[in-house]
Amino acid sequence: MRATRVAPDLSRRQVIFTAGSAAGGLLIGIGMAAAPGGARAATVSNKPWDDKDSAPHELDAWIAIDPDDSVLIRYQRAEMGQGSMTALPMLITEELQCDWSKVRIEYASATRNARENRVYGNMYSHGSMSVRESQKMVQQVGASARERLIAAAAARWKVPASDCMAAQSVVTHRPSGRTLRYGELAAAAAKIKLAKEPTIKTPAQFSFLPRRMPRVDVAHKTDGAAKFGIDAQVPGMVFAAIAACPVPGGKLKAVDESVLSGAPGIVAIVKLDHAVAVVATDSFWRAKRALSRLQPQWDVGAAGLVNSAQLSKDFRAALGAKMVVARNDGDVAKAMSRGARTFEAIYETPYLSHSPMEPMNATVNLQADRLDVWVGSQDAEGALHAAATASGLEPEQVHVHNAFLGGGFGRRDGNDEIVQAIAIAKVVKRPVKLIWTREEDMRHDRFRPHAVVAFKAATGSDGLPTAWSMRIVTSSIFQSVGIPFPPDKAEPPAVDGLVSNGYAVPNQRIELLLKNTHLPVWFYRAPGANQHVFAIEGFLDEIAAANRLDPYRLRRKLLAGKPDWIKVLDIAAQKGDWGKPLPRGSGRGIAICNFTDSLCAQVAEVTVKPSGEVKVDRVTVVLDTRNMVNPQTIVEQAESSVIFGLTAALYGKITIKDGAAVQGNFDTYRMVRLAEAPKIDVHLAPSGGEVWGGAGEPAVPPVIAAVANAIFAATGKRIRTLPIVDNDLRSA
Amino acid sequence: MITIQVNGTSRQIDIEPDTPLLWVLRDVIGLTGTKFGCGIAQCGACTVHINGAAMRSCSVPIGALDGAKIVTIEGLSPDNSHPVQRAWIEESVPQCGYCQSGQIMAVAAFLKTFAKPTDADIDANVTNICRCGTYPALRRAIHRAANAVKA
Ligand code: FES
Ligand code: FES
Repeated sequence: MRATRVAPDLSRRQVIFTAGSAAGGLLIGIGMAAAPGGARAATVSNKPWDDKDSAPHELDAWIAIDPDDSVLIRYQRAEMGQGSMTALPMLITEELQCDWSKVRIEYASATRNARENRVYGNMYSHGSMSVRESQKMVQQVGASARERLIAAAAARWKVPASDCMAAQSVVTHRPSGRTLRYGELAAAAAKIKLAKEPTIKTPAQFSFLPRRMPRVDVAHKTDGAAKFGIDAQVPGMVFAAIAACPVPGGKLKAVDESVLSGAPGIVAIVKLDHAVAVVATDSFWRAKRALSRLQPQWDVGAAGLVNSAQLSKDFRAALGAKMVVARNDGDVAKAMSRGARTFEAIYETPYLSHSPMEPMNATVNLQADRLDVWVGSQDAEGALHAAATASGLEPEQVHVHNAFLGGGFGRRDGNDEIVQAIAIAKVVKRPVKLIWTREEDMRHDRFRPHAVVAFKAATGSDGLPTAWSMRIVTSSIFQSVGIPFPPDKAEPPAVDGLVSNGYAVPNQRIELLLKNTHLPVWFYRAPGANQHVFAIEGFLDEIAAANRLDPYRLRRKLLAGKPDWIKVLDIAAQKGDWGKPLPRGSGRGIAICNFTDSLCAQVAEVTVKPSGEVKVDRVTVVLDTRNMVNPQTIVEQAESSVIFGLTAALYGKITIKDGAAVQGNFDTYRMVRLAEAPKIDVHLAPSGGEVWGGAGEPAVPPVIAAVANAIFAATGKRIRTLPIVDNDLRSA
Repeated sequence: MITIQVNGTSRQIDIEPDTPLLWVLRDVIGLTGTKFGCGIAQCGACTVHINGAAMRSCSVPIGALDGAKIVTIEGLSPDNSHPVQRAWIEESVPQCGYCQSGQIMAVAAFLKTFAKPTDADIDANVTNICRCGTYPALRRAIHRAANAVKA
């Protein structure tokens, strides 16, 4: 059985997205429920659950072409709404010259990647890498397949390949006008080895891209059909709820299990090193309710004394310590001593929770010689290896059925939920679905680090900065994740947004001190930049205000010689009505950054009520991703980034008390909702060239800075500490 | 034993009465389109229609529902054709998609009361969280759905 979905026509091309459904018996559980809605399974989401990682009519691990010309393209990354499940196959299509309406997309198998010498390369989705890092590789995949199809046609016609061309899934012999369909050539092409790999197209040679195209996953996400990790249904599975030690790193000392004795439907109480779990027969709710009756005792050690106020003091106290130099231009000390005026300010940003809408979860079926894991992971390959280690099986025996991710933002690659689920499965010896409550998800997040930045600057008689220094104290994401890095160098995520500033300040010194706590820290949407751009753009605004310079014009001057930056800034100022009058109590702020090789400038317009309440009225975004696959998703990602950044700017903060995160749910960790969402205008300004910039993150950092700067314009009050809601903005 | 009707099918549910409807739908009946986001009626990911009204099913105990008619995202239309679903597809609203079952169910009920909503009506009544920040598209889609229903 096949299901067909017709996506709306955004580009005057109909896109039909098809895939096999779950009607076959090889899929465990999905669509097996007796309910009417469960019988119609999603098309795209079925494949991640499939054991079969090869197909008939394969040209290679990436592409299969059936006799009816339908093209199967494998997608090796993780779809969390950012659209790379659509964008990467579009890049392949550009080279393959196939008919997009005949393309169906499947997840690539992490097991096959392990088995076949990493034929799919890296499988992770973070750092806006899906397109940026894979673009060459997938273009090569498409180009090779195209050339092999052409070679197959040329051989059949006994003509030179150079006389043949490929377009819309047909090879044409130009001199004679003869044609062969891809479906007729695939079997022969599969046997052809090219003597030399074809050169891939430059963006200037593209004929199919960029193209505004509906995302292939959208229709599955409007009728409940899309399967997320949390939706896995495995016959005989039981449900687990877990409570890890509230203080990260603490150990389980004891738990009185007798309170649950005789409770119906309880399969087991599983004691782990750092956590206790309850497993129930028929519902997660039963497990969760039973877990809440346990009163585990924890051994938390000295970490149990840590609180936010002290932590902030410690970080600030460390600002004077010896640091690692991240950037050193000119002679800051000399220039400082000669400045007409000098400035100092300290900016501070708190721990943040990722809080994807889908709480962390994993479903595992552990057998003697095989492990199946159903999960939404940003890195199916990393998940596979973590699962192999935890289970003691070989990587080839592990099958990660990666699903749609209910948000990731950097959180969904730690594998902690997978390792826990396997530990529980070892005890109960049945398939287990482990779900974290929202409270567990928030308090056991691996947080966006806390950071303090001390700025100093000197300005000349024209008010322009001649020197600035930035001293950063924050925690090491690399050490927390386990990425080796030389200790005498500044790890990029700790300094991103500062070192990467585009300003022609002749003397710059940027230094870093890493100060780790017991709290795990992790990559977050636009790591480093999501806190440091707020700081540097705020500090620059302070300099502008003190020297009576227009913030936009000051930036423009400091970006002299960088036409790409200036262009983005100018469009933002123009489209964002920079300089036009606003009513009392309202103001505009501007900010710009470079992140993942994309430039983004924004103008925010805010109104601050006498009560101090902030309303962000409008945000103008200009984004230069250099090149584009699908402008549709780039606009979506820019809007998404603005809302994500606003939540961080206005409300985001994890407070630590007695070593544990205080906030546990959306009642205390506030999210921007529809009523607070500003009008967002996105302008795409791709500058071309050979570089590909990211789309999913670069619009996060500037919005935070632009809003803070707009608040200053509206009220005269400078925001140096986030979140904004912690600042007193009442007018007297 | 509690009897409820889910998407037109009658079901006998034998479970502790304090079990939230959300977990009955997901774990007992196997309808996973309704999502768990917070468990405390904050996010709306679990929104379904109970006797025609949008409710956050994580906070409605099954014991209070004997005889109730429940519609989940799977039962909103047989073929993704409800005006709200169509508008959602046309405006490309979902990103990760996790919140969207709840958003669609909330908006479908909302439009029954506010056939031609203003932006202020939307602000006051559509309060589900979307962590992916699809709000601009969501607002466009609400207006589009309202216009389609009217037409
Ligand atoms: S899960 Fe019910 S409102 Fe969030
Ligand atoms: S689409 Fe991801 S949370 Fe709304």
